Amino acid sequence: MGFFSLFQPRRNSASIAKERLKIVLAHERASSRAPDFLPILQKELLAVVGRYVEISDDMIRVTLGNAGDTSSLEINIEIEGAKPKTGSGSALSAAV
Amino acid sequence: MGVAADLAEVQNRSGFMTPQGRAGLAKVIVITSGKGGVGKTTTSAAFAAGLALRGHKTVVIDFDVGLRNLDLVMGCERRVVFDFINVINGDANLNQALIKDKRHDNLFIFPTSQTRDKNALKRDGVERVMEELKQQFEYIICDSPAGIEHGAITALYFADSAIIVTNPEVSSVRDSDRIIGILASKSRRAERNEPPVDVHLLLTRYDPARVAKGEMLAVEDVKEILSIPLLGVIPESESVLRASNTGTPVVFDEESPAGRAYVDAVARFLGETREMRFVKPERRNFFRALFGRA
Repeated sequence: MGFFSLFQPRRNSASIAKERLKIVLAHERASSRAPDFLPILQKELLAVVGRYVEISDDMIRVTLGNAGDTSSLEINIEIEGAKPKTGSGSALSAAV
Repeated sequence: MGVAADLAEVQNRSGFMTPQGRAGLAKVIVITSGKGGVGKTTTSAAFAAGLALRGHKTVVIDFDVGLRNLDLVMGCERRVVFDFINVINGDANLNQALIKDKRHDNLFIFPTSQTRDKNALKRDGVERVMEELKQQFEYIICDSPAGIEHGAITALYFADSAIIVTNPEVSSVRDSDRIIGILASKSRRAERNEPPVDVHLLLTRYDPARVAKGEMLAVEDVKEILSIPLLGVIPESESVLRASNTGTPVVFDEESPAGRAYVDAVARFLGETREMRFVKPERRNFFRALFGRA
């Protein structure tokens, strides 16, 4: 890299622009296509799961996927490392 | 073809068909971008004048309520008496507000109001005016304000076609993407589940020399990112400022590269195939000319 940078001191800024745009637009298009209820669903799920285990906002992710003709609702809850809530432990075992 | 058919064709081209005959054929084109300062008004003026030069009776409407500028760019600022809002409110009729261009019989300007009332553009009022314009014109060009507020949404709502004016620059490309999304969800065609608004990319202020040096997004890059068909590339040109200084749509300047690029874009819009000009650095053309391969 050091050797080539002698000839091309700076990276072509147009290609940086293109790359950055592709990333930001992929993200924005996905979120603009999502239905309005997604954030509310995420909040409610968080409240329900939060009754049983200690969970923070970033441990739950709700995404709408699209593969060909089928669309899917994907809910990811990161439970690893989450402590069961004291006091509601019995509720959890009763539910399972 | 009989004489009657020929006559009908001529009448159609010169825009004197009966109202009943033209109803439904009129096409509404919105010139939009999201971002400001990319050349929407310049493009609206050039496109409207270009369509008029091709024999189509065309009106260009300023939707930028409170920030009227189309009149200046079209050179008719001293002839404005009544405006869009006056007609919507019934204070004036359409023909009192329309300004006939002095350079071309087919070209009309519909100025907006300088009111500060942002909600003066009522949708049902605009709809009524649009329907009335459709009886008289073949093409209705809507010059959208920047942003995604009420004025911009109203400008694109009735569109059949959209021209997305984009500069080869990150913020402009991102805003164009946003506007393309809004056209697909908020336009009347989208609301009524009709065939979608057909969108076209118009890349303006393009500098082929900077693109060659890797300093500016290339036309292929912008096309790939936005994935909509390309209508034209307008080169960065001194003649654009000269045109607005004098209040002359740039297509009337036959020497201007930007003017010629707009003429090509209009031809493509009308279904013709034209090679993209002004997308390679000038010097190359110079060498080509030198070796007799122009």
